[in-house]
Amino acid sequence: MKKVIQMRNLECAHCASKMEQQIAKLEGVNSVTISFMTQKMTLDCDESKILEIVLQAKKICKKIEPDCTLVI
Amino acid sequence: MHVGDIAMTRNQKSLVRIVALLVAYAVVIALSLALTLHPVLEIALFVAVYVGIGYDIIWKAVRNTIRGNLFDENFLMTIATIGAFAIGEYIEAVAVMMLHQIGELFQRYAVAKGRKNIAELMDIRPETATMLVDGEEVEVHPSEIQLGDILIVKAGDKIPLDGIVVEGCCNVDTRAITGESLPKWVDVGDDVVSGCILLDGSLKVQATCDYDNSTVAKILDLVENATANKAPAEKFITKFSKYYTPIVVILAVLVGVVPPLFDGLWTIWLKRAMMFLFVSCPCALVISVPMGFFGGITASSKMGVLVKGSNYLETLAKANVFAFDKTGTLTKGNFVVTDVFPAENRNEVLELASICEQYSNHPIAVAINNEFPAEKRAVVTEMAGLGIVAEYVGGTILCGNEQLLAKYDVQVPQIEQSSTTVFVAKNGKFVGYITIADQIKEESPVALAELAKNNCTTVMLTGDSEQVAKKVASDLGIENYHAELLPQDKVAVVDQLKQKGVVAFVGDGINDAPVLATADVGIAMGKMGSDVAVESADIVLMNDNPKAIVTAKKIAKKTLAIVKQNIVFSIAVKVAVLVLSAIGLLDKIAFGLIVAILADVGVCVLAILNSLRAMVVKEK
Repeated sequence: MKKVIQMRNLECAHCASKMEQQIAKLEGVNSVTISFMTQKMTLDCDESKILEIVLQAKKICKKIEPDCTLVI
Repeated sequence: MHVGDIAMTRNQKSLVRIVALLVAYAVVIALSLALTLHPVLEIALFVAVYVGIGYDIIWKAVRNTIRGNLFDENFLMTIATIGAFAIGEYIEAVAVMMLHQIGELFQRYAVAKGRKNIAELMDIRPETATMLVDGEEVEVHPSEIQLGDILIVKAGDKIPLDGIVVEGCCNVDTRAITGESLPKWVDVGDDVVSGCILLDGSLKVQATCDYDNSTVAKILDLVENATANKAPAEKFITKFSKYYTPIVVILAVLVGVVPPLFDGLWTIWLKRAMMFLFVSCPCALVISVPMGFFGGITASSKMGVLVKGSNYLETLAKANVFAFDKTGTLTKGNFVVTDVFPAENRNEVLELASICEQYSNHPIAVAINNEFPAEKRAVVTEMAGLGIVAEYVGGTILCGNEQLLAKYDVQVPQIEQSSTTVFVAKNGKFVGYITIADQIKEESPVALAELAKNNCTTVMLTGDSEQVAKKVASDLGIENYHAELLPQDKVAVVDQLKQKGVVAFVGDGINDAPVLATADVGIAMGKMGSDVAVESADIVLMNDNPKAIVTAKKIAKKTLAIVKQNIVFSIAVKVAVLVLSAIGLLDKIAFGLIVAILADVGVCVLAILNSLRAMVVKEK
């Protein structure tokens, strides 16, 4: 299942690709892309694990760019 | 957009802070030069300014290091400036931090500007819709509308969903969707597409889809996700940045430690090592390259050309063989009567033909019926592959090809058939014939000529007969054509063409999906966003206009040029700084570190500004 999540305060493009790499490694994630220009994360993942995955993704983003938040 | 607003106020705050601290910095420098300050006081003053300008950077560096994120730019900046303090370069330490913040500010402005431009270009999303519920107008969000609901659209409004006009008529501006600047006249029964703007009057529209399946939603989805299909140039950047930073950091450590073991000049080598650290962030590339592609994709969507990925934009820029399907692509796909023989019996020939064809939906029959609506009724028999035989009050009419007339022993004059010809006979005697042809789109010859001017080979592929293909090809001014092709033959031809160069195939997307997939880049006439075309093609022309290909190719070439400039320029500057500082040439400049900083943020800002150019659409 695909989910598009709006992000806020994503300011470093390099960080966005780091986030992509780390989120892609989460269990149940089929693919993830972050568009730096539109500040949108497109997550393709297992429907049953989506809550857990989004929370983990949020943590990863915060760790890489502390001001960056996901609007859920 | 809210996000943009917040970024602006944040930027304004940092601007105020930078200006205030610049003044403080100047005062401290003046004091330290004019008066002989106590060394401790001098250090304290500089440290105060330093902390004032760089506290957020230092804090981020500490926080990221604790979390295990070593070697981000905050960390490098903090280490380098503290290093500068350690070797007694107070003025320089503060200046470096100051410049870094100014650079960051510029960078944020540039990114915000880019995001704003894109948001404006993509401003086709309808915010509200007016729905008719029990005779009353209710304002709702477009996503609440369901199939079959009746919407009211007034002058100046965006059409919220795709639908069919049930009441009213007016002019519609389709520019946002098709890039076409001439307004379109719509009337009851016409389809209208979401995102178009009503110029006058008002319409009642019945929704034929829900919001998620509307043209606007599909376009936005496509464009926003297009960057997920990365172009080779982008993949190169990802790979490059993965190795570049660690390599430069290792080099910096080596430069800072190894040479001084031999010559003992620790301070000088430490300074050089810091310069290495400053240019170790590949930001300029990581931001500007995807931004350039995104800009190109948005710009072409503004011109009515949807590009489904950066990779297709890059392929389009390189494409040098353009293969075109004929019907519906280079021609309008609607048949009209072009000639009637003998001319003096025009009405008689047409009347007889229309009596035969009046019940048929075949394109040829439609053309004849449009030219001459039948009044007399008849009993018709369809002879598959031959034509129609009709019995009416006046006798028997034959209407079809040569074989049909031959079957009934009717003599037919020999003529050269360069378009579809329908022969008519009455009561066993030849009466005349009608020629029917597809109309060439006015823009086709221009588009083909433009492509030829850009050193592209153009080829026409068609299932039609050799004679028809030859005539159309000469009318179009297209050099190469292949006629009488079955769909699988088209695939084979495209495969052959691929040996000559990068092949773009342009079709209507309805029956040539395999060909679109075979070509290096498949371009489909979108028919205002038909599902099949959007799904099977890599690039979709929303206005069905072949000239848009020329525009899209120009945009693609410009985008690729910008991306290349950015890659070459950024890498060249960084390598230059690395080499110059390693051999000590930058030591002679008092502010060597500042040069390094400019090579980092300065290049980044320039590259972003360059990328912004990709978004500029030249209106003709």
